[in-house]
Amino acid sequence: MNAPPIDWFALAPILIPLGAAVLAVLLEVFIPARFRRLVQMSWALTAITASGVWALIRALKPADEAVSAVGGHVLVDPLTLFVQIAIALSAILAIIVIADRTRSGEDAFSPQPAAAPGSPDEEEALAAKLVHTEAYPLVLFATGGMMLFPAAGDLLTLFVALEALSLPLYLLTALARHRRALSHEASLKYFLLGAFASAVFLFGASWVYGATGTVRFLGIAEQIQGQGLGADPMLFAGFAMLLVGFAFKVGAVPFHAWTPDVYQGAPAPITAFMAACTKIAAFGALLRFAYSVLAYVTWDVTIALWTVAIATMVVGTALAMVQRNIVRMLAYSAIAHTGFILTGLVAFSAEGISSTLFYLLVYGVATVGAFSVVAAVRLRSGTLGAGALTFDSWAGLGRQSPILATAMTLFLLSFAGIPLTSGFVAKFGVFAAAFSADAMPVAIVGIACSAAAALFYARLIYSMFFAEPAEALDAGERTQGLTNITIAACAVITLALGLWPAPLLDFATKAAALLP
Amino acid sequence: MGVTPESLMGLVIVLPLASAALLLLAGRAADRWGHLLGVFAPAASLLVALVGLVSVLGRDAADRVIDVHLFDWIDTGGFSLAAGLRVDPLSLSFVALVTFVGTLIHVYSVAYMAKDPDRRRFFAYLNLFVAAMLLLVLADSYLLLFVGWEGVGLASYLLIGFWNDRPDYALAAKKAFIANRIGDVGLILAMAFMLKQTGGLTFAEVLGKAPDLSESWALGIGLALLLAACGKSAQFPLQSWLGDAMAGPTPVSALIHAATMVTAGVYLIVRSGPLYAATEGARLAVAIVGAITLLFGAIVGSAKDDMKKVLAASTMSQIGYMMLAAGLGPIGAAFAILHLLTHGFFKAGLFLGAGSVMHAMNDGVNIRRMGGLAGVMKVTWATFMMGWLAILGIPPFAGFWSKDKIIETAFIGEGWQPWVLGTIALLGAGITAFYMSRLFFSVFHGKARWDADLHPHESSRLMTWPMAVLALGSVCLGWVLALVGFTTWLEPSIGHAEEAAPVLAAPIITAATLLLVVAGAAAAWRLFAVREVAVLPPAAGPVVRAVRADFHQDSVNDLVLVKPGQALATGVALTDTYAVDGAVRGVGWLTIGVGRVVRLAHNGNVRSYAAIMTVGVMVLVAIVFAGGL
Repeated sequence: MNAPPIDWFALAPILIPLGAAVLAVLLEVFIPARFRRLVQMSWALTAITASGVWALIRALKPADEAVSAVGGHVLVDPLTLFVQIAIALSAILAIIVIADRTRSGEDAFSPQPAAAPGSPDEEEALAAKLVHTEAYPLVLFATGGMMLFPAAGDLLTLFVALEALSLPLYLLTALARHRRALSHEASLKYFLLGAFASAVFLFGASWVYGATGTVRFLGIAEQIQGQGLGADPMLFAGFAMLLVGFAFKVGAVPFHAWTPDVYQGAPAPITAFMAACTKIAAFGALLRFAYSVLAYVTWDVTIALWTVAIATMVVGTALAMVQRNIVRMLAYSAIAHTGFILTGLVAFSAEGISSTLFYLLVYGVATVGAFSVVAAVRLRSGTLGAGALTFDSWAGLGRQSPILATAMTLFLLSFAGIPLTSGFVAKFGVFAAAFSADAMPVAIVGIACSAAAALFYARLIYSMFFAEPAEALDAGERTQGLTNITIAACAVITLALGLWPAPLLDFATKAAALLP
Repeated sequence: MGVTPESLMGLVIVLPLASAALLLLAGRAADRWGHLLGVFAPAASLLVALVGLVSVLGRDAADRVIDVHLFDWIDTGGFSLAAGLRVDPLSLSFVALVTFVGTLIHVYSVAYMAKDPDRRRFFAYLNLFVAAMLLLVLADSYLLLFVGWEGVGLASYLLIGFWNDRPDYALAAKKAFIANRIGDVGLILAMAFMLKQTGGLTFAEVLGKAPDLSESWALGIGLALLLAACGKSAQFPLQSWLGDAMAGPTPVSALIHAATMVTAGVYLIVRSGPLYAATEGARLAVAIVGAITLLFGAIVGSAKDDMKKVLAASTMSQIGYMMLAAGLGPIGAAFAILHLLTHGFFKAGLFLGAGSVMHAMNDGVNIRRMGGLAGVMKVTWATFMMGWLAILGIPPFAGFWSKDKIIETAFIGEGWQPWVLGTIALLGAGITAFYMSRLFFSVFHGKARWDADLHPHESSRLMTWPMAVLALGSVCLGWVLALVGFTTWLEPSIGHAEEAAPVLAAPIITAATLLLVVAGAAAAWRLFAVREVAVLPPAAGPVVRAVRADFHQDSVNDLVLVKPGQALATGVALTDTYAVDGAVRGVGWLTIGVGRVVRLAHNGNVRSYAAIMTVGVMVLVAIVFAGGL
């Protein structure tokens, strides 16, 4: 068997973060402790910016043909590039938040992650003000996996990418400085359930291989068409289990249970990173799988997707409604948004792809923004800081930190899909796509859910601006302000895409053009 | 593009607009010099307007209509519209009237409002009005016209309620605004029809395609425009606000509610002439509305004791004449505009005279408590007399040249129409003579009936000079415009009319008109100058009581508009409370309920999560299989 030709230029957006991650591990060893944070942060930002810009330059080239970079195992087409750009953008914004710390040098990460919560070892590490900067290489590894995920052209590459992005995230989840036990627990849960989902995915892949004799997407599609496998029960079972793997990563019901626990346990900047980037990457891969393989099956696979989409929206919205904790509310709202994005995906049309892509970028930016506000609040050691992130505890934030609260309000309005924010354009796009594709029930449930969802977003806005705080708020120690950069950038993008969405919509439409 | 006189016309609008903005933004700081800037702005506009007027004056008919492009205003995918001005004889006539009379009234206001602490704000609103009115008449599309249309409505509202610490004045402002809004619906509707049927909103597009419109669409647009005109011009059945609008300071009544804004409806109809040419029905509706209003206003005017309300009823009636003429097609439209100009002068003069009398009478307006003022206020008396003679239509005063022509034109046509419309117009002239003479004699002649502690005096020069200039217009404007062939000059704007003979010979009509006018005036002389006027209104039969109450117009409005409107609002509110809110709450409670139930499964145990996933896998596989069956 000959080695396939490798298109290094097309692969660069994937290879840059991976290579940078390997080097970052070396940097961790050789750079003196006091420079480590600065070097690692700059290195990570440089690598991901380079990767994103590379993808952007390729995407802007006119009449870009799809490239199979490694003999069809990695596909670089406008869809891949759009998703990679969105991941890079969200990752850059998240890394800035990861790097932030208080004036006295406390970041969001545990000084000694391996120590048992509450043990003397941990006390010592705290006292010594140890700083661990492994978070940066881990984020780079995860980003590399995410960059590969939507580009994967076969089931095995897909699986490798899935694990490459998941394993670092399991670790990162365990690194929270505050509420360490919760953080460890979340990490373990995420790992166990992730492994379970991976197993189901692999099992499904083996069934599909058994039915078609290939793991390549194009090959599977050819087999379905050529061999009349469109109604093969073995294939049914395989596809269903593959969908489980995707559904777990995007956090769709009923494979969503890990989301709130993990979002709550992980350090807030990591939550920002994974909530945005994982979802973008996983949806990118799901889009490719759905449109290049599922589109060819002759039985009605949409019923299954409709069921998942509707269940996801309803359960996400309903559970967000009864939450008292802000992060858990945002986690369930993320689940509901998974349902909204699925609404665009089930349209199975070019409009469906472009609206889904637009939604992903918009949602990613607003999510990073919202969790950055949470991170900024958590980082302080004042009244609002590390402790409970309940609705009640945020009462009065509007008066204490008006800019922070206003930015949060903007992100919540965007989540709720209020006009003049990007969320409105995005929601309109996916619902319109579903309507024109006759996915009427999904669209109607989507609209009802997004109407109901406005309630809990509004409740947080009410808490921040209109509720009286139970006790006088203490602003706590201020941060060095890096988070504010991200929040400002996210707010500007959210507003700008709400007022002037046309260029990005055009871009997303082009990205949709090359899929079969 | 070089600077041509027409391209300067944008400046005419910008100057008063900038002045209004400056006066409002500067606040109290501008109190000392605000009125000076306020007078300067329309005066400067007048100069620019004269330059434009002179440049267009001598041109050939074909060159007298100039469209000036200002900027691209609206550009959406399927529709684009530029903001532009149409400079032609029609708009220039209006611009000249608005800036000239406007400037005089601004000068008058300096003295009239001298004691008011908010004089600066008054001038700001007045400037705003002038700017909006000029935009209204200069716009080259219905949409831009609408901007001005709303602007004058706003200015009118602000100025009627200028003394809004008096609740009834504030109420009057609200009434005017709401009545105008009803008319505005007509204009919006008309624009929607136009856009649908012709694909454009500029005069060029809409009027150019007007002949191709189907009969029913032309009728629909025509009636919608008529509704708009009725609201703005206080025509039947939307006339009730004008009487109450007299709550505003008298210069406002003179400028807005006599000379300019209320004639915007006539402008709209005349401007849309080609549209009405395409629909006999709407054209006739305009004429009939005009005829009804001219009679209605004249009768109401005969029974009012409030000096300003008599003049308001008279305005209504005179605009009725203009509407009637506008409804007669190009042949009448020219006289409608001619009457509009002469009326603008003599009615503004009459109002300013009334303001002067009010100053003397300590703001009293009841003509039963006046009388004999001719001796103490010579200038006011003389200028008021010129206005009175002009509105009566005594040759050679201004009204004779315009109103008589309208009466004559009303007699042109076939079938019943000329006889009915002509007779009404003729009758209206007689009643006009009666009530205007009643006003004139009650105020200036007969025995003095005012309180002994009042010491009437002539007003200051700042007030008398504008009155004198307007009186000069009342005397001369009619024959001057007739002499220079104004109606022919207008032709490029309103179309050419074939000569037609009235059903009665013109001299007979003129003679009959003059006879009725003299009879009306003589009756008034006997009743209100020779005989003693009762200080309290005498007891009267049901007819006179009804007329004094504006034919119970307010009760009718209450019954036809207010009550159903309130019922509708209540219905909507109830629907909102129970149906809409119910649905919203329902969705909320439902989701919360679902959340409470589903939450039970999220107990934080990883084994339960794995179990949920396992069940999920099985369900999903089952569904996929079910889809394949």
